This record gives sequence, C-alpha cells and structure tokens, in this order.
Amino acid sequence: MIMNASLSRHAGTATAMLYLLMATPPLRAWMEATMTGHMLLQMPLLAAIGFVSCRLLPQRLQDSLLDAAGGAIPCVLLATFVSSYWMLPRALDGALTSSFDEAAKFVSLPLLVGLPLGLAWRRLGIIGRSFVWTNAVSMLVVLGWLYVIAPVRVCNSYLVDQQEVAGWAMVKLALLLFACWLGSFFLGGAAAADRPAEPQRCDAHRPRSSPV
Amino acid sequence: MKHAKRSVAATVLTTVLGVGALWHSTDGFAAFTAEAARRAEVLRSPRPLPSALLEDQDGRAFRLQDYRGKLLAVEFIYTRCSTICRSLGMAFRQIRDHVPPAMLGSDFELLSISFDPERDDTASLRSYGDTHGADSRHWRIARVRDAAELRQLLEAFGVVVIPDGMGGFEHNAAIHLLGRDGRLVSISDIEEPVVFAGRIAR
Repeated sequence: MIMNASLSRHAGTATAMLYLLMATPPLRAWMEATMTGHMLLQMPLLAAIGFVSCRLLPQRLQDSLLDAAGGAIPCVLLATFVSSYWMLPRALDGALTSSFDEAAKFVSLPLLVGLPLGLAWRRLGIIGRSFVWTNAVSMLVVLGWLYVIAPVRVCNSYLVDQQEVAGWAMVKLALLLFACWLGSFFLGGAAAADRPAEPQRCDAHRPRSSPV
Repeated sequence: MKHAKRSVAATVLTTVLGVGALWHSTDGFAAFTAEAARRAEVLRSPRPLPSALLEDQDGRAFRLQDYRGKLLAVEFIYTRCSTICRSLGMAFRQIRDHVPPAMLGSDFELLSISFDPERDDTASLRSYGDTHGADSRHWRIARVRDAAELRQLLEAFGVVVIPDGMGGFEHNAAIHLLGRDGRLVSISDIEEPVVFAGRIAR
C-alpha cells in the first residue's frame, strides 16, 4: 500500500513535470512547428496527461466526481465535443495566433477530454468503449482523408504539404488504433468494463479485465 | 432512479452545450477554417486598418488612407512568387478590365501590396506590374518599407505569411475590398474576379 502510494506520487510528479515542460516556449514551438506534431503529438499528450492524472486521484474522489458529472455518458460526450473542437483547422490556427486560445488548449484538453475519459473509462461497458474507439478512429480517418484531398490550405499557419503529411499520419494512426482495438478483443476481453472499484481496494492489484 | 435521471439530464445538457459551442465556434457550422472565419467576421463588422506608409513601383510614397472616398481592391503578393500571386495578378487584371472604365480612378482603384520589402525593390515591383499590365495609376504595386508597419497591416487584414522553406512564402490569397470609409468590408475568392467586378459596378 505504501509502495503504491509512493509509486502514484512519483507518477503524479512525472505527469506534472511533463505538463509544465510541454508548456515551456521551446517545447511548444517544437511541437507546434508542424501540423502533425501539433495535432498528433501535443494534443493527444495533453489529453493523456488529463487521463493519467485522473487515474492517480484517490478512488473515492474519482467516484464522486463521476457521480457529480452524471455518470460515464456525459463524460464521454464532453470529451467528444471538446476534442472535436480542437480538430477544427481554425482552432489550430487560433492556438497559434492567440495566447488565450493557446491557454484554453492547455487547460481544456487535459481537463475536459482526458479527465472525463479517465473518469468514465472504468465504468464503460463494451459498447461504451467501442463507441470511444470507433469515434476516435472514424474522426481521424475522415479528417485525415479530408486533409489529404483538400484542394486548399486549411490552416493559414501551416504549409500545404504539411497538411498532406498530417492527413496521412492521421489515417495511419487510425489504422493503428483500429488494430489495437481489435487486438484488445483477442487479448482476453480487455475492452470489457471493470467493475466499479471498491474504495478500499487498490487499483494496481486488481486484474485489468473482468473475467467474462 | 435518481441516478438515471441525473445521468439523462447531464447527457442532454452536455449535448446542448456541446453542439451550441461548436455552432458558435464555427459561425453556424459554416466556417471551419481561419480563412472562412476571417471572411465572415469582416462581413459582420468591417475592420479599420492602420495607417502604413507605402511606396509604389515609381517610388512614390502614399498611405491607404489616401484612397478614402473610393473603393479599393487590395491583394498581398511577393513578386518572385510563381504560383498563387500570378493568379492574383491575373485576377486583378480581369477585375480592372471588367469594371466600368468611368469608375476607374474616380471611384475604384487597385493596389497590390508586397509583404517582402527586403527583396521587392521598386524595380521588382515595376516588373511585376508590367507583367500583369498594372498602369501605376489606377493599379499600383507597392511595398511597406517599415517592418513593424507591415506586420501591423498584415495582422489587421488577417493575412498570414509563412516561409515555405524554399526561399518563397505561402500566404492566404484573397481579394480584399476597402470601402469608401477606408475600412475592410469584404474578402473574396480570387477565382471569381468577374463576379467581384460586377459587384463593384453596382
């Protein structure tokens, strides 16, 4: 138990460090220099930071946050809406030209995408998780393909050939995600939901999937 | 039961707020790119423009504000550009040729502004003008000599210029129309110069 607490403390520190590091101007400039880095590295990492931070919160707090939010479905919806917004070309341009938008990105992706997904994930059944996966995959494929075939430059801040690179990267990532999702079925139903945790039990000791 | 009700309420609320926010941030699912947003915003509220000192292909100094009282079409170019700026030049020529001759000079003028003042000296401006048939009276090719003024001007217009890594630039190309009060009133595609000229004539 003690080891676990210190482990999660270390994980928490590492996550916070990563977040702060990503917010520094050099790292921001590096990640935002290309459309691919901006959309497929920085943004997913920010959301992942929110997801991981959420899982590091005390179990009881996670449960009460989830209850306060009205359960898993509103959480997934919230994450879907906010992530959709950040997929808009004008949101990308906005983040690069306005510091308010940039700050909004750094706050909303962890807090309104990663965190609600983290809260909802354990409570999601196979249908819920499938929704999240297929939604991510389809969003990436459609958007990626649009970027590849777009006859015009969609972002004023990025070169047109970057748009194509980013588009292909999205399509590839979508295929990879799809493969992972399929794979998770074969690896013993990892896509199925865990039971809601009992507060006194430690997350790390629980089996990752329910024995269906 | 209470749980389910709460969940339904939260789901509905999230959906309504989410769709509303996306609606709002895309101007009613119409503007997904910054370029479309810029055009929609200018139409809604015409923009005042800063007063930058310009220099044309004959070395004459002037300001945008000197055109007050007339309509003015503005495009942004750099003279070495072989792709989009060439289309811009051709579009401007077509506009000039389709606007009623009586309007030219008296109520309507054209202005091409270079955003590369370092390399676009008056000779380059003149040669670009000659290539596209600009007469340097009703259609002038100009540059902004002061870097800070140029930055402010581009920002006010919403034109983003980025180096393409091969010595050139990529930029959002469009035809900007300044009203008689000197404000930016509309931004049009370069594909339809004749339609643009028709609107001017009305």
